[in-house]
Amino acid sequence: MQVPSPFEYERAQSVQHAIALLERLGEDARVVAGGHSLLPMMKLRLADPEYLVDINDLREELGYITVEGGEVRIGALVRHADLLADENLAALFPIIRDAERLIADPVVRNWGTLGGSLCQADPSEDLTTVCEALDAQCVITGSSGQRVVSMAEFYRGPYETAVGEAELLTEVRLPIRPGGASAYQKVKRRAGDWPVAASGVAVWLDGGTVTDARVALTAVGAEGVVDVSDVLVGATPSEEVFAAAGALASAASAPVTDSRGSAEYKRHLAGELTVRALRSAVERALSSTP
Amino acid sequence: MQVTMTVNGTEVSRDIEPRTLLVHFLRDTLGLTGTHWGCDTSNCGVCVVWVDERPVKSCTMLAAMAGGKSVRTVEGLERDGELDPVQRGFMECHGLQCGYCTPGMMMTARWLLDHNPDPTEGEIREAISGQICRCTGYSTIVRSIRWAATHENSSSIESPETAGSPS
Ligand SMILES: Cc1cc2nc3c(=O)[nH]c(=O)nc-3n(C[C@H](O)[C@H](O)[C@H](O)COP(=O)(O)OP(=O)(O)OC[C@H]3O[C@@H](n4cnc5c(N)ncnc54)[C@H](O)[C@@H]3O)c2cc1C
Ligand code: FES
Ligand code: FES
Repeated sequence: MQVPSPFEYERAQSVQHAIALLERLGEDARVVAGGHSLLPMMKLRLADPEYLVDINDLREELGYITVEGGEVRIGALVRHADLLADENLAALFPIIRDAERLIADPVVRNWGTLGGSLCQADPSEDLTTVCEALDAQCVITGSSGQRVVSMAEFYRGPYETAVGEAELLTEVRLPIRPGGASAYQKVKRRAGDWPVAASGVAVWLDGGTVTDARVALTAVGAEGVVDVSDVLVGATPSEEVFAAAGALASAASAPVTDSRGSAEYKRHLAGELTVRALRSAVERALSSTP
Repeated sequence: MQVTMTVNGTEVSRDIEPRTLLVHFLRDTLGLTGTHWGCDTSNCGVCVVWVDERPVKSCTMLAAMAGGKSVRTVEGLERDGELDPVQRGFMECHGLQCGYCTPGMMMTARWLLDHNPDPTEGEIREAISGQICRCTGYSTIVRSIRWAATHENSSSIESPETAGSPS
């Protein structure tokens, strides 16, 4: 039987209360949101906190999806199932629904949260890639107020983020830019499994020409956004252009061989999935502009 | 710590260790052994129950996290001594062999039909995709859930003796 080591459990009544608890309890305290990454780690003793601060009651403060002032704001406690179901998000950023359809399984998606996913910073985690492609900003809240960081600052490497010991990720902001569309392509071995590899893409077009593009990869050891501007910006979308961008994605990846596949296969996937995601994103961008 | 929650409509309050998982609380503390426990790693889905109307793998939730919330287990599917159409579907269409996966499958099926009363085969397969059955090959489970969808309002047969409320 797998159970975590003993710990004390506290329930936060507000964001400020959660932060005060984290401050008081120090480095031995951890926040629990959906618990679908943290509890498995605690069972395996990969995490061993002395205090758990449960933030699930903060749905009012952290459970919103709003569109305002040229950006979408999503509270950290929004769950995968909510992200998947939201029609506004699907229209503005189709990459989110693409990704959410394939994250874990429907029951896990009922509980896992956006904040937990980003803060876990698992290299195989899909929403970090989505947020990188969409150039998201992360709002981190502590006792002295809020700071807003880019994904490049937020994600410090596997299992490491910019969120401090007595801080919470409270909100993710996605900028809405005209002429854009996005897509996510992922290969996994079976229903419910983590990705073998995945690629997330956002493109912007003006009069049939690419004006900007962002490509990010999952589970293949690539760091940050892949620089594809040389082959995409200023180009007219074509299979040749997509293939050139795919080659850059392959080159940017540094996967390791494991039970999910060989390094060679994953590098191939990084390229091929980038091609497919670009194809889909460009098609969406062209069909949504009159 | 003291935890209080509503289980199948009855309020229960128990003194537990904070690290107690919901699945063990239901089975060992309350004696509701209808909820099964298998992989322990949120992969097999035999432990699925509802917490505040949302299915969850109860091996991956603390009992403490369900405090103040409403939990529904397979024992809470029957109403007034009548089996739920989902339970009847599994009987009619041979939806189980060993029965290990069945409680979790039925909880997910009930939730699916509450939100999508006429699901396609594809939608049913997607809904149960986080749950593993080693016996049936899934076809009869899908058929059982379809049977339930088409018999939602038909009159029921009497349920056999079950231990419906927490001991
Ligand atoms: C069977 C299974 C399959 C899965 N498959 C996939 C998959 O294919 N792709 C994928 O991307 N994910 C997958 N996941 C992970 C799933 O998406 C998790 O739910 C998610 O990564 C973590 O979210 P959570 O809310 O459960 O976080 P928790 O487990 O509660 O927390 C994770 C970490 O983040 C911290 N944390 C949580 N919220 C905050 C916050 N607001 N501020 C600061 N720190 C915070 C916690 O302290 C902890 O360190 C899978 C999980 C399971 C169980
Ligand atoms: S025991 Fe919970 S998913 Fe297998
Ligand atoms: S009936 Fe045996 S596992 Fe499903």
